[in-house]
Amino acid sequence: MELNDIIKPENRVYQKPRLLNDNHMHYCPGCSHGVVHKIIAELIEEMGLEDKAIGIAPVGCAVFAYNYIDIDWIEAAHGRAPAIATAVKRLQPTKMVFTYQGDGDLAAIGTCETIHAANRGENIVIIFINNGIYGMTGGQMAPTTLLGMKTATTPYGRRVDLNGYPLRISELVAAVDGSCYVTRQSVHTPAAVRKAKSAIKKAFENSMAGKGTSLVEIVSTCNSGWKKSPADSNKWMVENMFAKYPMGDLKNV
Amino acid sequence: MKEEVKLMKGNEALAHAAIRYGCDGYFGYPITPQSEVLETLMEEMPWETTGMVVLQAESEVAAINMVYGGAACGKTVFTSSSSPGVSLMQEGVSYIAASELPVLLINVMRGGPGLGTIHPSQADYFQATKGGGHGDYHLITLAPSTVQEMCDFVGLGWDLAFKYRTPAIILADGIVGQMMEKVILPPQRPRRTDEEIKKLCPWAITGKTSDRKKNIVTSLELDTAIMEDNNERFQRTYRKIEKAEKRYEAIGTDNCDFLIVAFGSMARICQKSIELAAKAGVKIGLIRPITLWPFPSEAVAEAAKNCKGVLVVELNAGQMIEDVRLAINDSNMPIEHYGRLGGIVPNPDEVFEALNNQLINK
Amino acid sequence: MKEEIIIAGFGGQGVLSMGKILAYSGLMEDKEVTWMPSYGPEQRGGTANVTVILSDEKISSPILNSYDMAVVLNQQSLDKFEEKVKPGGILMYDSYGIHTPPTRKDIKVYCVDAMDATFDLGNNKAFNMIILGAMLKLMPVVTIESVLKGLKQTLPERHHHLIPMNEEALKKGMSLIKE
Repeated sequence: MELNDIIKPENRVYQKPRLLNDNHMHYCPGCSHGVVHKIIAELIEEMGLEDKAIGIAPVGCAVFAYNYIDIDWIEAAHGRAPAIATAVKRLQPTKMVFTYQGDGDLAAIGTCETIHAANRGENIVIIFINNGIYGMTGGQMAPTTLLGMKTATTPYGRRVDLNGYPLRISELVAAVDGSCYVTRQSVHTPAAVRKAKSAIKKAFENSMAGKGTSLVEIVSTCNSGWKKSPADSNKWMVENMFAKYPMGDLKNV
Repeated sequence: MKEEVKLMKGNEALAHAAIRYGCDGYFGYPITPQSEVLETLMEEMPWETTGMVVLQAESEVAAINMVYGGAACGKTVFTSSSSPGVSLMQEGVSYIAASELPVLLINVMRGGPGLGTIHPSQADYFQATKGGGHGDYHLITLAPSTVQEMCDFVGLGWDLAFKYRTPAIILADGIVGQMMEKVILPPQRPRRTDEEIKKLCPWAITGKTSDRKKNIVTSLELDTAIMEDNNERFQRTYRKIEKAEKRYEAIGTDNCDFLIVAFGSMARICQKSIELAAKAGVKIGLIRPITLWPFPSEAVAEAAKNCKGVLVVELNAGQMIEDVRLAINDSNMPIEHYGRLGGIVPNPDEVFEALNNQLINK
Repeated sequence: MKEEIIIAGFGGQGVLSMGKILAYSGLMEDKEVTWMPSYGPEQRGGTANVTVILSDEKISSPILNSYDMAVVLNQQSLDKFEEKVKPGGILMYDSYGIHTPPTRKDIKVYCVDAMDATFDLGNNKAFNMIILGAMLKLMPVVTIESVLKGLKQTLPERHHHLIPMNEEALKKGMSLIKE
């Protein structure tokens, strides 16, 4: 059998989604963003939402998400993505509107917009990447940083008396009446990726069905910020992050 | 809805004018003295008639970002607030200007700084005309002095904003917001259809279809060479606006002894002072800039040419006077300022007295 | 024609709505009108006032320092606005609660017992319209017909049965002025 006999469409087992373009990603090796981008691009394609999907990009590492997924995008000011998504969805109700935000963007400066968009039950999807640190600005403490965790602004580890406690955003969003689906996922194993994908799919369906606000938290790694190898980062995440941010659905109505 | 004559507050006129213009969305947060805008819109329920979206946001910060999102979709959207709220919006306004989005903003000014007072002021002149947020940008700044102008400038503001793809602001004050006058409301225009938006705003976020590349609305550009190009493009637009869009009203400026320059409600108070001066045999002219940016410098300079002095009357400590000085550019010309602060509005007698003290009897 | 009027009293006395009815009546007669309230928390319980200008021509300043007519409904407003009536102008006040009556001789001063007349009519909501009737007798800046036409246009249909009561109150107010 020749190589060309093998390279046939019917033998193809994997293909990059068409909407994920060939631009060189600026993410660090081992970063979770690339995987989540791929899931989103795959789903938009599979669900036939190419002309309906509108993404709102954050300030943070994913600020350039619009460079990688070929749909219409709006770049938000730091933390304001849910306010922008609110207007976009209300003015174009047939569209599938999602925000893509990190923990600095969503859980610190954007907490107000997040809680209120969810409380109004805006028919939007919030993809929340929680890696417990500010990546883009160089590894400073986020509201989600674990106690004891060393960052650029907690060089001796996060202390309650100095910095307060890690913030569990998903629990807050689940508590408001306007949210319909809140789940916590990860993308560190193929099985986890499959689960995360079906969670995001459900969230996208909710937006189209007008069921309310869906939030999918992806507990992630930041191996650069955490100063660990990608493999060690995954291990550290499972052992430490999952204890504070347990996997699974918090709300599904 | 046909053209209608009504008696209403300036703030109410803003709301009615917006609905009748074919506005797609309003996002705002209550603050005195402009809350009637949101209240009137909620009472009118335009979502039942024209399909317009009206939303009470959780803050001015959210409101301006909703407006940013709406404008990014090519929609005809606006927000309104008063001074402290407009300060909160400045981050969003800078993003809107940098993303070249057509947005209508309204500031019904109250006295500051800080929480200040709820009473009328014009102390946000600098903020509106010089940019307000970070970076090099301008807002087309319209200063209404009557309830009719509150109504008319809504349409004018959007027309200019869409023509130049830049935000426009109606810089009103508590007087013209709270005052009731006769107003002729225009007939109802239909809202733009999706097809019209796609044609007029090919850059808009309408969902990527196979016939075009993706659209991205962003103000971020890390390549400094491109960012400089962007800035130069903004500046070219501002030069075009300066060339074509200066507006003002001139009253009795031919052969006047002295000139008053005042805007908004203050200009109307000054008109009465000018009547008082005429009775005393002094001829005073008035230039009322209607666009505060671009500032009608040539008109001010021309009117001041043959007079003996200029009084700039503002409800602030001296802001527009800087533009008047630059316009006249003559160190021999007495250019005086009269202003009341903190929400106090001078009456026509007080302005006449200031004219006497600062110019006529000097 | 141009008449500059101030109406002043306690917040909640209907000062602002009385001014609004007057302004609306002017609109019915194709006049230029401005209605400029004192606004803010002082409306609620403190003193409130509204400047109403009716004119055949475009109106300049909505803020004034002297008035053709002042209608005052409490002592504080009387103290404040007596001196602001133009010489030869009109000062009308309701006698209720006034302990220091006006003293100026260069203006026309009228005292009306509108509060008493309100009790006579047995309708405490009529106070406004009694005052308005009395002031229109003194300064017929708009006709009673225009006031009623304005009410008909601004009141929701379900309140139109109240219009005859308002007409009665306006006439009662007019009858309080004795030349």
